[in-house]
Amino acid sequence: MSRFDWLSEWLARCEDEHILIRRGSARTLAPAHLVECDPEDWGRIAAVARDFGCRWVALWGSDEGGEETPALGVQVAFEYGGDHLVVRTRVPRATPVLSSHSPWFAAADRPERHCQDLFGVVFLDHPDARRWTRHGAWGDGDYPLRKDFAAAGQPPAETPPDQDYPFLAARGEGVYEIPVGPVHAGIIEPGHFRFQAVGETILNLEERLGYVHKGIEKIAEGRTPEALARLAGRISGDTTVAHAWAACMALERATRTPVPGRALFLRALAAERERIANHLGDIGAICNDVGFAFAQYQFSRLREDWLRGNQRLCGHRLLMDWVVPGGIARDPDPSALAAMAAELDRLEAELAELYAILDDNPSLEDRLSGTGRLTEATARQLGTLGYVARASGLAFDLRAQAPYPPYDTLEVEVPVLEQGDVLARVRVRREEIRVSLALMRRFLAELPAGEIRQPLAPAVAGVEGLGLVEGWRGEILAHVRLHADGTIDRFFARDPSWLNWPALERIVRNNIVPDFPVCNKSVNGSYSGQDL
Amino acid sequence: MMRDWLLALAQALIFIALAPLLAGWVKWVKCHLQNRVAPPLWQPYRDLRKLMAKEVVIAEQASPIFRAVPYIVFSSTLMVAAVIPSAMINLPTSRVGDVIVLVGLLALGRFFLALAGMDIGTAFGGMGSSREVTVASLAEPAMLMAIFTLTMTAGSTNLSAAIDHILASGFVLRPSFAFALSGLVLVAIAETGRIPVDNPATHLELTMIHEAMILEYSGRHLGLIEWAAQIKLMIYGVLLANIFFPWGIATRHSAGWLLVGSLVIGLKLVLLGLCLPVAETVMAKMRLFRVPQYLSLAFLLSLLGMLSHIILEAG
Repeated sequence: MSRFDWLSEWLARCEDEHILIRRGSARTLAPAHLVECDPEDWGRIAAVARDFGCRWVALWGSDEGGEETPALGVQVAFEYGGDHLVVRTRVPRATPVLSSHSPWFAAADRPERHCQDLFGVVFLDHPDARRWTRHGAWGDGDYPLRKDFAAAGQPPAETPPDQDYPFLAARGEGVYEIPVGPVHAGIIEPGHFRFQAVGETILNLEERLGYVHKGIEKIAEGRTPEALARLAGRISGDTTVAHAWAACMALERATRTPVPGRALFLRALAAERERIANHLGDIGAICNDVGFAFAQYQFSRLREDWLRGNQRLCGHRLLMDWVVPGGIARDPDPSALAAMAAELDRLEAELAELYAILDDNPSLEDRLSGTGRLTEATARQLGTLGYVARASGLAFDLRAQAPYPPYDTLEVEVPVLEQGDVLARVRVRREEIRVSLALMRRFLAELPAGEIRQPLAPAVAGVEGLGLVEGWRGEILAHVRLHADGTIDRFFARDPSWLNWPALERIVRNNIVPDFPVCNKSVNGSYSGQDL
Repeated sequence: MMRDWLLALAQALIFIALAPLLAGWVKWVKCHLQNRVAPPLWQPYRDLRKLMAKEVVIAEQASPIFRAVPYIVFSSTLMVAAVIPSAMINLPTSRVGDVIVLVGLLALGRFFLALAGMDIGTAFGGMGSSREVTVASLAEPAMLMAIFTLTMTAGSTNLSAAIDHILASGFVLRPSFAFALSGLVLVAIAETGRIPVDNPATHLELTMIHEAMILEYSGRHLGLIEWAAQIKLMIYGVLLANIFFPWGIATRHSAGWLLVGSLVIGLKLVLLGLCLPVAETVMAKMRLFRVPQYLSLAFLLSLLGMLSHIILEAG
């Protein structure tokens, strides 16, 4: 299949709009294409991309340095037909002003505010001027991701309370507000939800995230590739394999390091194990949120067994730090690999038994069916990813549409449902477990022998790479740029939660307040992954 | 006479002392049904002791109502526990109040609990109060209707007298009782905050009813409210057991008979405590807006009970 057969037409459309594409490169961020444009044309790029039918993928800034005229870089990634296109522009640090993409792509809203908060790039015509990631701890002129800002920051004596954030207000008879969080009952991450409700019906939900901002992007700078992989594995603890893989893929592509086949297969095994572990845990948790505790305990038990399998495989229950630049850290014990086939059969048999019980329970179906609907149009408009998108009729899965090794050697089935409700999201995840089990069987059968790790090739100053991995939540994008000594100059990782959190705001509208937890769990965005 | 009062006192004390055990039993069965390791049966006692020993934390905005409510709720529940015949009938306390008074006492406790939920001004408390009152306004008529069916058969609104009448008339299959029993079971589930109406085990504030009202309580206040909830569960259990299956309740007054009566009601509650967790395990919680339909069904069943009494049994 010829990739990028659409790019010439896309460029022609840019030409029609009098957008000057400065440079293009198919190699810099391969397999993605990179083009550069003038800052004046930035807004129209979005218009062309939207009219062309591109999906908005990610936006991130970078400090380009420069002695005389220091500049900031801004890049946006689009996807069309499984191909990724990165558009880059540079703005002077003194006057970093760009047109916003939010009017064309709703998904660009929060990433642009993130870039504005941390780099000081001003997005004109942005519909929402409020801060996003930068809570009250930073002053107005502080832009932490600029190179002249110390990594240690300027810690204030006491972080001022974030109480003046102007939430959307609703007026009218009987309208009341419910503030929930950021600290919740139960062991979950912090995030604030502001509901406007009439009686038990939710009129509007507004999310306020950023409470677990850890400065991942800043503390990545200056790290060695190995240290970056460790850091990436901690962006979101439940997605440690996929994030580490995405970061390593970016590093390997930047340095043009070939990864041994055995390592790729083992990485894929780990990624599928991670997917299954999370799906198992979440299906149980969704049932528990509607008071069906039986399923919760059964699925927790299966997940626990599964995590113990992880422990046997690589010495860590969550498979943390197994994926390293150039391959994987340790070859698994042959007995652990041999035991896995039986483990897969056992899980499949147990799941069949449990599914029969779940499907035979009308009270459960009554709660899940029709709850929290996300229409295909809204899902497309918001650029939703992963099982949230696939339950609403969007069939995007990197493993199928833009397969990376080892998925390029086989066909990955993508289960898609149309209903878009909580039940559909549960069903899609059930199907994904089945597909993952089948994939794992193939990987186990075809696992090549040989090396498990190839040292990274030496870096050239400024080389960069783009990692794209289908994590269990959906597409993960990681961008890495290296110094000449091989340390990290810039690292950005876009967790799929960036695009799925806004979907939750739409999903719960006109649902009842007590159904919010189950809607939230059915989306299960990562707070840590989006706060960075 | 003095002996009867002592027996009544003993019956009430046994009642409130054993209420946590029933809660522990229900939990024990539920854990086993869900393939979990169950806490010991006496875990609720440990929890109560822990809560009683803990410091009370009260919001700055709390009014005196907030402090008084745990005592009001506990004492009103205690009153009901003292009046209903659990192990023995025709005790002097049973003349203190009839069924309508009992329903009123429970409503009094709920009224103050709902006030306390709104007192602090948190969103969850107000939400819980609003839901609790919604549920109560539909549950109480259904409950009264079910109990009236019974009292019309017995010709008295006094529980003790009604049970006496049922015992005296022997085992008769009455369609009205079958309806009333079904109605009362549905009401009892709603009133004690069990699945599918409310989930006592949840940590999700947005889905709570009873728990949302008492989120701000701590220490001995919380302990009293929890204990009152356990007593309330037992009250409904005793009502169901003794109204519809009164056989075995002690009719003669002596310490020995009190023991026998207590053992019998204990056995009935053990059996009831088996049914409740089974239902809770096989069912998910229903949507909140289904609760009115559910309680309408309870009311309808109770009404059918009364109609079938009038049409088939009266006269």
